Amino acid sequence: MADTATPAQVGSGETRRDFLYLAAAGMGAIGTACVAWPLIDSMNPSAEVLALASTEVDLGPIAEGQRVTVTWRGNPVFIDHRTQAQIQQAEAVDVADLPDPQPDSARVEKPEWLIVIGVCTHLGCVPLGQKTGQSRGEFGGWFCPCHGSHYDTSGRIRKGPAPLNLPVPPYSFTTDTQIIIGETEAEA
Amino acid sequence: MSGFQTNSRVIKWIEHRMPVFSFLDHAVGSGYPAPKNLSYMWNFGSLAGMALVIMIVTGILLAMQYTAHVDYAFDSVERIMRDVNFGWLLRYIHMNGASFFFIVVYIHIFRGLYYGSYKAPRELLWMLGVVILLLMMMTAFMGYVLPWGQMSFWGAKVITNLFSAVPVFGESIVTWLWGGFTVDNPTLNRFYALHYLMPFIIVAVVVLHIWALHQFGSNNPLGIDLKGPQDKIPFHPYYTAKDAFGLGVFLILFAAVVFYAPNYMGHPDNYIPADPLATPAHIVPEWYFLPFYAILRSIPDKLIGVIAMFGSIAVLFVLPWLDSSPVKSGRFRPIFRIFFVLLAIDVVVLGFVGANPPEGTWLITGQIATFWYFLHFLVILPLLGVFERPRPLPTSISEPVLKGGGSMAGATAKPMEKA
Repeated sequence: MADTATPAQVGSGETRRDFLYLAAAGMGAIGTACVAWPLIDSMNPSAEVLALASTEVDLGPIAEGQRVTVTWRGNPVFIDHRTQAQIQQAEAVDVADLPDPQPDSARVEKPEWLIVIGVCTHLGCVPLGQKTGQSRGEFGGWFCPCHGSHYDTSGRIRKGPAPLNLPVPPYSFTTDTQIIIGETEAEA
Repeated sequence: MSGFQTNSRVIKWIEHRMPVFSFLDHAVGSGYPAPKNLSYMWNFGSLAGMALVIMIVTGILLAMQYTAHVDYAFDSVERIMRDVNFGWLLRYIHMNGASFFFIVVYIHIFRGLYYGSYKAPRELLWMLGVVILLLMMMTAFMGYVLPWGQMSFWGAKVITNLFSAVPVFGESIVTWLWGGFTVDNPTLNRFYALHYLMPFIIVAVVVLHIWALHQFGSNNPLGIDLKGPQDKIPFHPYYTAKDAFGLGVFLILFAAVVFYAPNYMGHPDNYIPADPLATPAHIVPEWYFLPFYAILRSIPDKLIGVIAMFGSIAVLFVLPWLDSSPVKSGRFRPIFRIFFVLLAIDVVVLGFVGANPPEGTWLITGQIATFWYFLHFLVILPLLGVFERPRPLPTSISEPVLKGGGSMAGATAKPMEKA
């Protein structure tokens, strides 16, 4: 082995070897990452889970002041046919004071229909308030019993550990009383 | 140390080709010298190993009867309870075995905390133990999801949602964990696969844990180094016998719960099939998670709460470097002893807080107890090493026994020539 280190390699041999090591290890790392991705991605939602992505709802039978729960992608969606008082209550709030500032107008297509995903943004419980007799919290919206988050009549977080407002799912009105959840105007 | 001896020709034949018997003898036999003053607090390592074996054996048998599908999981568990021969027994052993595994491991951990078993040169041994604790928690959590009752479902939802606190990638991580947009069939399937896998990873880490243990041997109640063969007795038969006796006591208590109070530690809500649209009024984890759950809930900010909960275990990883006192055993640390008792009370208080809704006094108590938990590890322990004046250490393990003049001294001193 000693005679392989000829004078010609002195000065250039080490860096060339280093380069070969790095290149080989680098290619190995990239190859491993390329193989790892399909393995990791296989755990993401599959095609048939994604295919269940839209739900149609007929709003006709829902009376003013009534709340209805539908399922979209396995999660409850709260549909609230708000009264004038509730709408005014939601619009009267000073947006700057909110933990997650959003005006009510940015959360609805039509003011009388509030549509939000009924999953607490803290740790995923379903807040109370959909059924009569259930606590609606201190702000007349929803109340999460798990860790005590209060939502207002626009589904915005007002008090408690949840960091964000109840999210508004993508939806669009197909007729005056029909909505499709999971598709926006542009897609429909 | 005497080498492994045998007269059996079969054992000699095997031993020559693969030295498995001398390996075992060195690991848990007469070839493993142990300190002669180990108390019953040193039983809990082997008990934890037995609990792991019980869980794996019953778990494999239950897996033969269980169906991991949201439509069948709950019913298949009920079928195990009603129709499978001794299915009720397997399930009750497995279910309560998890609780007893944690009881044993928690005592094992507090033993280590009191006697300074985490200190040099046993830091890696201790850290491997913390890894085992983490793996156990993951395994127990995923196992609890499998019966697909209300607590299973909502426990899974709340705990997986912890990862949504991760900045930027939170939502993608949670969706990836679920394999969907909520806890659903893909989640149940992968939890089942992982619940079956993890115990064997635990076995592998236990092997590493024992490997690290054998490098310097067990710590002991005095926390001083062994000075020579007179301080040691062979593991077999002395500690195999002691461990076997401890196992008998453990099994009596275990059987009492399995046969007379099998659902005492569970929640009635988990006998209601999972309903993704209705959260139970009070989601409570299994008792062994309550202190950590209390820490999570006592901090009003979601991300910091999650960090504090994981931090409460992460702090154990660096414990060998937080406790700066060179004295291992709490017996010789008069002030440390007081704080050790306070820590034990603190953890129990956190447990009660975790079991109650986070309101009023419970919330404040939880916040104080959380604060104290971190204060103990991050401030009190480092300071104690500087300001505490430990009592003088005995010069050897034999010294306190011989000075005490008890008649037992001669009896325990005898067998040492063997090592």
